[in-house]
Amino acid sequence: MLSKTVAELATALSQKEISARELTQAYLDRIGRLNPALNAYVTITADKALAQADLADARISRGEAGPLTGIPIAHKDIFCTRDVLTACGSHMLHNFIAPYDACVVERLEQAGAIMLGKTNMDEFAMGSSNETSWFGPVRNPWDPERVPGGSSGGSAAAVAADLCAMATGTDTGGSIRQPASFCGITGLKPTYGRVSRWGMIAFASSLDQAGPLTKSAEDAALMMNAIAGTDVRDSTCLDLPAEDFTAQLNQPLTGVRIGLPREHFTKDLNPSVQSILQNAVRKLESLGATFKEISLPNNYLSVPAYYVIAPAEASSNLSRFDGVRYGHRCANPANLEDLYKRSRGEGFGDEVKRRIMVGTYALSAGYYDAYYIKAQKIRRLIKDDFDQAFKDVDLILGPTSPHTAFKLGEKVSDPVTMYLEDIYTIAVNLAGLPGMSLPAGILDGLPIGMQLVGPALSESRLLNVAHQFQLNTDWHAKRPAAPVVSSPEVSA
Amino acid sequence: MALSKNDVEKIAHLARLQINDADASEVGQRISNILEMIDQMQNVDTSEVSPMAHPFDAVQRLRPDLVTEKNQRDYYQKIAPATQDGLYLVPRVIE
Amino acid sequence: MSWETVIGLEVHVQLATKSKLFSGSATEFGAEPNTQASLYDLALPGTLPVMNEEVLRMAVSFGLAVDAEIGKRSVFDRKNYFYPDLPKGYQISQLAFPTVGRGALKINLDDGSEKTIAITRAHIEEDAGKSLHEDFQGMSGIDLNRAGTPLLEIVSDPDLRNAKEAVAYLKKLHSIILYLGISDGNMAQGSMRCDANVSVRKKGDTEFGTRTEIKNVNSFKFVEKAINYEVQRQIELIEDGGRVIQETRLYDSDKDETRSMRSKEVANDYRYFPEPDLLPIVIDESYIAAVRATLPELPAARCARFVSEYGLSAYDADVLTSDRAMADYFESVVKLCGDAKLSANWVTVDLLGLLNKSDLSINESPIKPGQLGTMIARIKDNTISGKLAKTVFEALAAGESDVDQIIESRGLKQVTDTGAIEKLVDEVIASNPDQVAQYRAGKEAVFGFFVGQAMKVSKGKANPAQLNELLRNKLKAD
Repeated sequence: MLSKTVAELATALSQKEISARELTQAYLDRIGRLNPALNAYVTITADKALAQADLADARISRGEAGPLTGIPIAHKDIFCTRDVLTACGSHMLHNFIAPYDACVVERLEQAGAIMLGKTNMDEFAMGSSNETSWFGPVRNPWDPERVPGGSSGGSAAAVAADLCAMATGTDTGGSIRQPASFCGITGLKPTYGRVSRWGMIAFASSLDQAGPLTKSAEDAALMMNAIAGTDVRDSTCLDLPAEDFTAQLNQPLTGVRIGLPREHFTKDLNPSVQSILQNAVRKLESLGATFKEISLPNNYLSVPAYYVIAPAEASSNLSRFDGVRYGHRCANPANLEDLYKRSRGEGFGDEVKRRIMVGTYALSAGYYDAYYIKAQKIRRLIKDDFDQAFKDVDLILGPTSPHTAFKLGEKVSDPVTMYLEDIYTIAVNLAGLPGMSLPAGILDGLPIGMQLVGPALSESRLLNVAHQFQLNTDWHAKRPAAPVVSSPEVSA
Repeated sequence: MALSKNDVEKIAHLARLQINDADASEVGQRISNILEMIDQMQNVDTSEVSPMAHPFDAVQRLRPDLVTEKNQRDYYQKIAPATQDGLYLVPRVIE
Repeated sequence: MSWETVIGLEVHVQLATKSKLFSGSATEFGAEPNTQASLYDLALPGTLPVMNEEVLRMAVSFGLAVDAEIGKRSVFDRKNYFYPDLPKGYQISQLAFPTVGRGALKINLDDGSEKTIAITRAHIEEDAGKSLHEDFQGMSGIDLNRAGTPLLEIVSDPDLRNAKEAVAYLKKLHSIILYLGISDGNMAQGSMRCDANVSVRKKGDTEFGTRTEIKNVNSFKFVEKAINYEVQRQIELIEDGGRVIQETRLYDSDKDETRSMRSKEVANDYRYFPEPDLLPIVIDESYIAAVRATLPELPAARCARFVSEYGLSAYDADVLTSDRAMADYFESVVKLCGDAKLSANWVTVDLLGLLNKSDLSINESPIKPGQLGTMIARIKDNTISGKLAKTVFEALAAGESDVDQIIESRGLKQVTDTGAIEKLVDEVIASNPDQVAQYRAGKEAVFGFFVGQAMKVSKGKANPAQLNELLRNKLKAD
């Protein structure tokens, strides 16, 4: 039951095969067994979940259930949840009981989803492996020696290990798509402005976007129906009419034109990954899609530009953490400067401090033009590349990540190597486009995803292609053979 | 571009981050590596390109001038490290 | 050696909106600490700004009032620095693309001439909270009620040449702001605050000297004193062989001196960049036209109209229109009594004298326009003389309310009964035969003596015109 998709669970609930309370309890039991080893959840809200489950059951019996009513969900700990610890993977917020709900949390609750808890993440979403979390790393359910990806690693691991039916994530440079790829699940980063950022703790405001992590493209569409849409509290949230993201799922793929970026299929890409992508291309061709090579000539500049823009915005966004109104405050500050420097020095981890410093440097007098303005210009070049490409194709297919999940500790000591993990995903954020990762194969026992990218607001098309692919393959249905039940340290 | 210890101290001060003396050179080295990676940008001619701050050419929405917030001071201050008489306390501010 | 002073002003005007610039918190002055501080104002993580439309309208209306270019596309930037009254660690402001661009303001100088002061720009930004320094176990208390209140920062070119010009400019700005109704302009409460950039140079030099910035001076009087002190300090410093250093100084009104703000000595690096949580504000001609259509008549236009419509002197018209409330007061009085010149006299001389003496604004005047208008109407219809009207005026000032009742109860009514005045005249002539003889011998100046005597007998109530006429006739007649 717990491995079912949202769509399947909704049927089971409506047909009273199981109650929302029973389903919730079953997930809570599984979390209790598996989470100590996986560390996917940092907070489990069992009481709240069971109370919400009872409400959902009442709603179901009144015949007022929507597609997400009674479906247990996990929220990335970057979303504020009223009266529940919201730590964002940081010691800085180890005591932050948020006084309000994020828009995404609110909307999912209104849709009847049941919050099981909050998931682990890289500190302030800065990382690609979940190793920067103050709560310790998350283990990949496919191999506990490996990372789940990041920064939404807890959410991805929770979905993959059936510790929830679906999860929320956020994606600033690949933080939904890369963990989806590493954990063998489906992840969608919507168009910038699709989903309100109200209540989502900001990393880089012009890049951050919330989205679903699910077991299928259809589930992602169902979640999008709940979370997308304008919100007056977020000025950057697009004012668009409501869209049913499931409406186009069953469109045939005949005539869909897909581009393959020359720059992504080079010798730098692991040949096995390459051949997995080729298989996917052949499958889609057999479903009616046509392929052609395209070029994204400035993609190689996306990592440098991103590592100016994202840290610059972050350096400013994280200034509010000063030990005055909430969050960590150092003991016995001698004076104001000491309060700031020690509270922040103690509260933030190394990677966060590093990025704050890079961003501060890039914005400081004398460097602003050479770094920040330059990066914004490169950002336009990158967006222009996509605009050019989408004149010829409807969407773009390529790798999500250069390889499968790597080992814990393998890259954490070298920031630049870690940054280059996101070489295929970052440009999509810079251009504000929708992108998704869906399972495309298994390599040495580990899942690997492929990425689909479309023009702005083309989520329905992406979901359509992904759903058709999933109807004709079963990579998305594969689960880790035997999820670990105790952490390697404990068992050793 | 390699950062000197002095640069690191200056940036850390601007960002109000305490960096231990012992860590300063390692921090400087790592940031220098990042800046070196970033510097790939400098080889590209962007003289004809206009900077892009937002993904889309959207325009600011405005809200009506209405008071929509109620006083929730006590609730909001439950999570504050130090308050008195409704004020947030900080070490003495010197003008 | 002869020195020239160069002054540019940065004036922060708190806009009189109901809610804050980027949140729905109230902006009332004097509320309990932190009771007007919402999630956004407290900079809770995850909160976002949403722009108040009224702030834009107010900024544009100010721009139109000073003939400024209006930014069709204005962009918010973050100004980053750490301070406890700045909860986000940055202030949202406008750097490169302000809502109001170059404009101009005419000021009147003491010699009666006009001078045009260029306005560099006016941009929208957030106000900070307040640090309270009373002792809280050796700590400061932070109140964020004011944090996020909308400000318009109006920056002038360095066109002002002395403290008096600076004050004239400030008063003109103040007047326009009150006319537009975009701020209460209350300097004591900080609704209008002024930073002055001051430098001196030798007469004839084309380069500016090094300037200092005097922060937060909160009255017209202190602006003048602070600038004068600072100019003198700089001149003496240079003449003694020293040099001015660029720094921020604080004016201490108790000691009447400026002193260096040591805490700001370290050069700030504000790391401005475009605010990613807000999009550009784009406005078009039709928006600007709509705001223009709502502009009230501004001081310059109203002054010209007072001269042409009411026949007032340029001086009186300027005094009356410099303050919108005063001009409104004046026009209400004229409406009631129908005599503009008489109204102008009473308002600019007697009423202003009264207000100045008790340090009251026109809105706090103990005499309401209806009362003053009725009183002047009673002069016009000969119920009272202009002289006795002063008694009525004083009674009104002391808190009595009904003009006619004051006239009645004190018996101030003018005697206009010819018979009664004739009797009085006869009495005076009869009891002063010597003076009568003098007058009749051609000593015209004695006439005043008779008027005085007759008035004394009538206790000032005889109608002067009638009295004069009867006196002349009687003195001639016999």
